[in-house]
Amino acid sequence: MAKFNLKINGKIHRVDVDPSTPMLWVLRDHLDLQGTKYGCGMALCGACTVHLNGTAMRSCVLPVSAAENQEITTIEGLSPNGDHPVQQAWLEHDVAQCGYCQSGQIMSAVSLLKNNPNPSDEDIEAFMSGNICRCGTYSRIKAAIKTAAKQ
Amino acid sequence: MKNTYSRRSFIKVSAISGGGMMLGFNWFVKAKPAEILSKGNDIPPEWVEMNGYIKITGDNVIKIMAPNPEFGQNVKTSLPMIVAEELDADWKSVVVEQASYDTSLFVRQMAGGSQSVRTTWKPLRTAGASARQMLREAAAQVWNVPVEEVTTKTGVLYHEKSGKSAKYGELASKAAAIPIPKDVQLKGVKEFKIVRHSQKNVDGLNIVTGKPLFGLDYRKEGMLIAMIQHPPAFGLKLKSYDAKEALGMPGIKDVFTIKLFEEGEEMAAFDTRTFNDAVVVLGKTTWEVMNARKKLKIEWEPASETKETVVAWGQKRENVIPAGLESTESHYSKMQEMAQKPAKQLRKDGDPEAAFQNAARIIERTYTAPFLAHNTMEPMNCFAHVTDTEALLVAPLQAPEFAEKTLAKRLGLPVEKIDIQMTRMGGGFGRRAYGHYLVEAALISRKAKVPVKLIYTREDDMTYGIYRPTYTVTYRAALDANKNLIGFHVKGGGIPEHAVHANRFPAGAIDNYLAEGWEIPSNITIGAFRAPRSNFIAGAEQSFLDELAEAMGKDPIEFRLELLKRAKENPVGANNDYDADRYAGVLNLVKEKSGWGSPEKRDLHRGVAAYFCHNSYAAHVIDMKMQDGQPVVQNVYSAMDCGIVVNPDAASNMVEGAVIDGIGNALYGVLTLKDGVPEQSNFNTYRIIRHHEIPKHIEVHFVENDIDPTGLGEPPFPPVFGALANALYRATGKRYYRQPFSKELSETQGG
Ligand code: FES
Ligand code: FES
Repeated sequence: MAKFNLKINGKIHRVDVDPSTPMLWVLRDHLDLQGTKYGCGMALCGACTVHLNGTAMRSCVLPVSAAENQEITTIEGLSPNGDHPVQQAWLEHDVAQCGYCQSGQIMSAVSLLKNNPNPSDEDIEAFMSGNICRCGTYSRIKAAIKTAAKQ
Repeated sequence: MKNTYSRRSFIKVSAISGGGMMLGFNWFVKAKPAEILSKGNDIPPEWVEMNGYIKITGDNVIKIMAPNPEFGQNVKTSLPMIVAEELDADWKSVVVEQASYDTSLFVRQMAGGSQSVRTTWKPLRTAGASARQMLREAAAQVWNVPVEEVTTKTGVLYHEKSGKSAKYGELASKAAAIPIPKDVQLKGVKEFKIVRHSQKNVDGLNIVTGKPLFGLDYRKEGMLIAMIQHPPAFGLKLKSYDAKEALGMPGIKDVFTIKLFEEGEEMAAFDTRTFNDAVVVLGKTTWEVMNARKKLKIEWEPASETKETVVAWGQKRENVIPAGLESTESHYSKMQEMAQKPAKQLRKDGDPEAAFQNAARIIERTYTAPFLAHNTMEPMNCFAHVTDTEALLVAPLQAPEFAEKTLAKRLGLPVEKIDIQMTRMGGGFGRRAYGHYLVEAALISRKAKVPVKLIYTREDDMTYGIYRPTYTVTYRAALDANKNLIGFHVKGGGIPEHAVHANRFPAGAIDNYLAEGWEIPSNITIGAFRAPRSNFIAGAEQSFLDELAEAMGKDPIEFRLELLKRAKENPVGANNDYDADRYAGVLNLVKEKSGWGSPEKRDLHRGVAAYFCHNSYAAHVIDMKMQDGQPVVQNVYSAMDCGIVVNPDAASNMVEGAVIDGIGNALYGVLTLKDGVPEQSNFNTYRIIRHHEIPKHIEVHFVENDIDPTGLGEPPFPPVFGALANALYRATGKRYYRQPFSKELSETQGG
């Protein structure tokens, strides 16, 4: 066990956990931030995507020890009321089916648009291919990203 | 609190504290379907499956309970829309809440079989219309005017002559005291203002802001995390274990075993006994439990042949589960062997033997498909808090009614003491109809005497079984010298079930027809998977019909339409369970929308398929082109007939998803076994379709009619496999008989 100072969604949290604990479980089990989802635990599905210093990162393989003193943003910290342009685009296209993968999809999309404000179809497909949606909402995700890019 | 309660009628009204009205439409409280039906005459049988309720507060908030569990099929939005329509409510002022499982209030609280909208359509409309009628009568009394003169518009009552008006909320308490109307007038479908108009997902904002909606998100003070270690192979069972090291790991509270069923215990329809004994690790946090579980030293031993008694739908069945470690390779050779043997006859019309004897040409093709894992994005999980006197379970599950009785039996508690709450599900696809994870969580909580959260890792989930079965089918067609189709033979088999629907198309369209089936028992457990059986047989049948049309020199759509015409005008046999007109309707629609046969589409390779299942009709045209030896799906045109479309945009979303799911499973979906061990356990080895692999363009069209709505979650899925196989044939010049097609494709394309 060790103590870590974590900066999550602009707030400092202290946790006392094993240094190997993935951020995913720190968020979910220790900080009760349930928006970040578990899907595979092996960086294969993207459900657990958060931002580490603004860049999309799979929190299931990010040990808490590597996250100390870095800026972490989760879906809960993206905007106060769901008014981030990407969230709004998601609502406009009514993207979700079961919705389970969507926090991760949104976090990836925000990261994509930050570095590439006007992505082509190919850019979107390449960047988003790490995020699985078992319900098959991919076409709407792509459309929503394009809408958000126009904002 | 004041209750007016009518036994003969069906609606319970109560004034809620603070003014307002609560209208529960608990038809036939506590009555069993059989008793209701025997009372006879004036009670429509569909009301038996009734449930849900409306609440209106004094300040005009209308709350509509969503009775059925949501796994992405949109029922949490679409069912309340139906109530709101007849209530003539302002959809913007409606809030929707997920009802918990309650047999005293609701009856068919499940997701499965694409039945949610179909079975609740009339009851939900009646409930909305009854409440509206009572509000009108309350207004008539207060304003002292004839009730016929009271009208409504989006949540407001009006009396035009006197200029009086009132919001529903203002008169709700008063309305609650009005006797329940015997007959209510339902709206004409042309008057719909909410239904048939796209409404956004009521949980949209909660989803995009990451609210804790799912089973895995549920937490309670003092709760411990539990994980189960099941045997690494089907056909093995627990022999002994040493938990010393695991127990010494940080955060670990206990290690023990549970037994899902006692020896000889009768099982119910959706009970499964994949692994009866399991080792449980209980600890403070998920990561600690995951790590400690790795330290368990477990010895497994071969399980012997077991007998299961299953009592399902009033029938008792003995299942013999064979011993042994099974492999995919031996499965396929066993299936080949069985396919040569005589099988059970499922349907016979005319004289198929003679037709085949007299044939100028016989075409015979065999199709196979592997086990598939559901791989819901959210793995199985369940919260349980069981004490000596009661049990609370909170879980993502499709069918609490299946789990409830088993829980009561295993826990020795009356069903009234078992509270099952349904969370939003991170996908279902049939997997969550099997409530073994509730039983497991409950047994763990009872033993540990604490609230627990049972979590399956992805690996636990994927290697647990309850797979889509492995199937095969052989089709034979007899053609005469003029290339007329004179005989048709379908013989299907599988592990452990076949997929033949003997009375579906093309049965009814061919004079000499034979359907047969055979099965091979297995210790690999199987379960319903999005459109059970249809999800295989549709692809095989539609590929075969495509090949047949080619051999007969006919256009694939025209050939199907000819068969349907025959089935309509002069059907063979009496038990054809499809409507030939509606079937032809989706084919004609997809033909039109895809521009079938138009020259400008010539650079694309097109495949078509259609199917009927779960009361709805679906047809797809898939356009493909080859790029660097890989198929790229360019366009998909889908035509659906599911009657009235309650929420059009959400319905399109569902069809788009089914198309993508179908393409993904047809190309990549496969779960194989070696000596009982599943060879895929996470998404590195189990391939799921991803962003860059989906069609560039999907267009969904619905046949417009005023027929009562039928399901949509499953019907569009099965024919995708056939349309894809047929497009692949045109693109590569080769027919595809074995799923997943990507494997055959890489063999043909040289890697
Ligand atoms: S849970 Fe982290 S990528 Fe799947
Ligand atoms: S919406 Fe269900 S997994 Fe993406």
